[in-house]
Amino acid sequence: MNAPQRDTMLLPTPFHSRVEAMCELNDWGNWMGYTTPNAYFDVELEYFAIRSTTGVFDLSPMNKYRITGPDAEAFLNRMVTRNVSKLGVNRVGYAVWCNDAGEVMDDGTIFRLGEQDFRLCSYQRADDWLHWCTLGFDVTISNESEDIAGLAVQGPTSCTVLKLLGCTDLDQLKPFGIAHFTFEGAPMMVSRTGFTGDLGYEVWVAPAQAEALWDQLFELGRDYLIKPIGSYALDIARIEAGFLQAHVDFVPSEEVVRNGRTRSPFELGLEWLVDFSKPLFNGRAALLAEKARGSRYRFAMLDIEGNKPAEHSFIMKGDKVVGTVTSAAWCPTVKSNLAYAQIEMPHGAVGDQLTAEIYYQRELHWTRLMAPCKVIDGPLFNPKRRRQTPAPPF
Amino acid sequence: MTDYDAIIIGAGHNGLICGAYLAKAGNKVLVVDGRDQPGGCASTREIAPGFQVSDCAQWLQQFDDAVVRDLGLDKAGLQVGAAKRTIALQADGDHLTIDGDLLRGAGIGTQDQAAYQSFRQQIDVFAKLMLKLYRSRAPKLVEADWSDRVTLMKLGLGLKMMGKANMQDLMRLALINIYDVMNENFDHPGLKAALAMDAITGTNMGPRSPNTVYTYLHRAMGRQLQQGGVSQVMGGMGALGTALQKAAEACGVRVQLGSSVQQILKEGDRVTGVVLADGSSLRATAVISSADPTTTFRDLLGYQHLETGMARRVAQYRTRSGTAKLHLALSGLPAFSGLEGKALAQRLVIAPTMDAIESAFNPLKYSECGPSQVFDISIPSIEDASLAPEGQHVLTALVHYLPYEPDGGWQSQRQPVLDNLLAQLEHYAPGLKEQVVASELLVPPDIEAAFGVTGGNWHHGELSIDQALMMRPFPGSTQYRTAVDGLFLCGAGAHPGGSLMGLPGRNAAQEIIKQGVLS
Repeated sequence: MNAPQRDTMLLPTPFHSRVEAMCELNDWGNWMGYTTPNAYFDVELEYFAIRSTTGVFDLSPMNKYRITGPDAEAFLNRMVTRNVSKLGVNRVGYAVWCNDAGEVMDDGTIFRLGEQDFRLCSYQRADDWLHWCTLGFDVTISNESEDIAGLAVQGPTSCTVLKLLGCTDLDQLKPFGIAHFTFEGAPMMVSRTGFTGDLGYEVWVAPAQAEALWDQLFELGRDYLIKPIGSYALDIARIEAGFLQAHVDFVPSEEVVRNGRTRSPFELGLEWLVDFSKPLFNGRAALLAEKARGSRYRFAMLDIEGNKPAEHSFIMKGDKVVGTVTSAAWCPTVKSNLAYAQIEMPHGAVGDQLTAEIYYQRELHWTRLMAPCKVIDGPLFNPKRRRQTPAPPF
Repeated sequence: MTDYDAIIIGAGHNGLICGAYLAKAGNKVLVVDGRDQPGGCASTREIAPGFQVSDCAQWLQQFDDAVVRDLGLDKAGLQVGAAKRTIALQADGDHLTIDGDLLRGAGIGTQDQAAYQSFRQQIDVFAKLMLKLYRSRAPKLVEADWSDRVTLMKLGLGLKMMGKANMQDLMRLALINIYDVMNENFDHPGLKAALAMDAITGTNMGPRSPNTVYTYLHRAMGRQLQQGGVSQVMGGMGALGTALQKAAEACGVRVQLGSSVQQILKEGDRVTGVVLADGSSLRATAVISSADPTTTFRDLLGYQHLETGMARRVAQYRTRSGTAKLHLALSGLPAFSGLEGKALAQRLVIAPTMDAIESAFNPLKYSECGPSQVFDISIPSIEDASLAPEGQHVLTALVHYLPYEPDGGWQSQRQPVLDNLLAQLEHYAPGLKEQVVASELLVPPDIEAAFGVTGGNWHHGELSIDQALMMRPFPGSTQYRTAVDGLFLCGAGAHPGGSLMGLPGRNAAQEIIKQGVLS
């Protein structure tokens, strides 16, 4: 059973009994109200499972909304900045959505399950906003967060392991594609998506199948060195792969209380997600104005000299502070010291040479390091297997 | 290709006024309305053969003299009746008369007399300041441009000029309620109630509701805009609409009645025209809606054509009203106890105390029809014999408060409520019931259906501070522009708000001309 022995303030996920059993470090975190492991046994080894074999991450706490009805596509097109009409059935798209002021409320993925049937996975609870967005549209919104359990199965051997689980021809599935299978007589949906930048999949089942799914995956994947991974390891992988994290790299606009602390898609390097050819979407007028006026910040990926992660660093141009770091990690596979920073315009263009002011401590001795860094054009980790179809066997 | 420079939705007084000013400035303007008569809420209708009533707006109280002059409404046939006194009917027949600055009867004391004069003076000081705001677009506070800053400066200067005591009083009073203000100033319960009526007419508020000082001041603007106070329009209120149509046409406006707008046409990211009921579409550089904001955005444009935040503001815009209209065709002049001859031609108010008004308001909060109401009565056929067959009369009354949707629906409630209203009037005018030839009660949904005003609210949305001035109707659609390019507002839902005033229409036209929208 998943239910803990007593009522706790944080909820268990449908995989909790299995997660708990494997969480050797007993190092827990709070992910949007759910008990989730920061690390299972060793952050670095977990990270290397993602890059070398298969890492399994419980993503059940993601908020999942089903959006159905004749206006479902129009509804989403008005809500998010990208063009949902271009998303085919059984395809997934990354999206951000803004309020009327063009401030990013959240990011997430849209799964197109049918012509008039979508699933939106969001970081934030979005019930209220989705409800308001329905005004004028013939759509039905239901929150299916607790009806679906999800595992991210990521890494070079992930396809092989999932094929052993019965996902026939999974290697034929293109990136951002969706395939449907049966597991234990119940529907199992697999999407070639993830947060690691690697070959990988996300597997979606009903909570009733959750424990069996976990058990069989780990049983079948033993020879392929399948490992559970916690949020710390995932964080390194996502920084290496260039993914933003809500609440870390931007504050969702609904939670911002101080003036000017929200970010627009442009300020997060997400211009490619904004489709002005759509006549209407939330934030369009404000974003057009921003485009004409210029943004306040630029999102920059920094390659920093040395190996000390530039966590919370100030970024300098000469003597002047021009930005701060939001995410930073030493990324083992690309062997680079990477960071994301919010840089005040006009600084931070690709190729700009900046300095990160890094503080680190060894045995109570603090060192201040002025590390030169360079703004790079996109993530360094981008392996072929991430895009290859058929997925290469490992 | 556009058919017009501007298409104005609605031939209400604001639509026609806006159109007339735009046409005077050389623009090609079309005004369309689904009704067969011009004037919108300024309307006259026959309720029984030979009996005509002003079936929506009853009084002309604050119509801008400048509009009358600019558009030559006198020449176009507008005849406004004499200024009326307000007679607050008392149960004992010793009625209180409010005649300009003078109070008479009902044992009114010298203290109240003096207090009334100084109260009027202070209100005039406030109203003069508000006039600066009312005759132009309301300045934005945050994104103020140069002209907004000038307005704000003038306003600040005006505040300062009124003196410290007045300035402090205005700041203190603006957000409280008329009940407290009346109690601060006066002793006579009948006087307090009669004055408080001005604050609640056409609203969803009782005397103790916050914002009622603002609505009172709004009404008190009448002394600045139109000399004289409450009047009737000869020929019924519809004559104002007819005069406006004539004046607008003289300016070159094309007025197309009996042809309602079904949809505001949006192509790409801007409004380009309208679709009429017959399916034809017309294009214009600007579509200017004098319909209320809810009708404009929800029904004609559609929420799906707005960003979510704006759609949400439209959905939350408050448009309820507790005011109903009672229309009676009478076989003779009603006999109100203690009133004779010309006194009957005045404005008659039945509201014994402010608590009586508040008690009438209480059931409204729960969508109930209360046992007693308060009345604002006109017998227009005394001054204007054309409204009824010889020797017979019509009586109209603004009735506060009746709900939009009572339990059980109006189908079952209408007759009992009407009977009850007549019984209440009978106390003051014995024998009235016997004289009734025909009667009708327009409750808020009837007013909504007949005049296209959402919620039956003829102010096109509650006139409260959060929906007024630079926030009218809501942030993002102020200063007569809207969140959608090509779509403008010129009705009572725009600053400075409702009542037969003409300022939203006039201001909108001036702003549209100034901004060079049509050139």
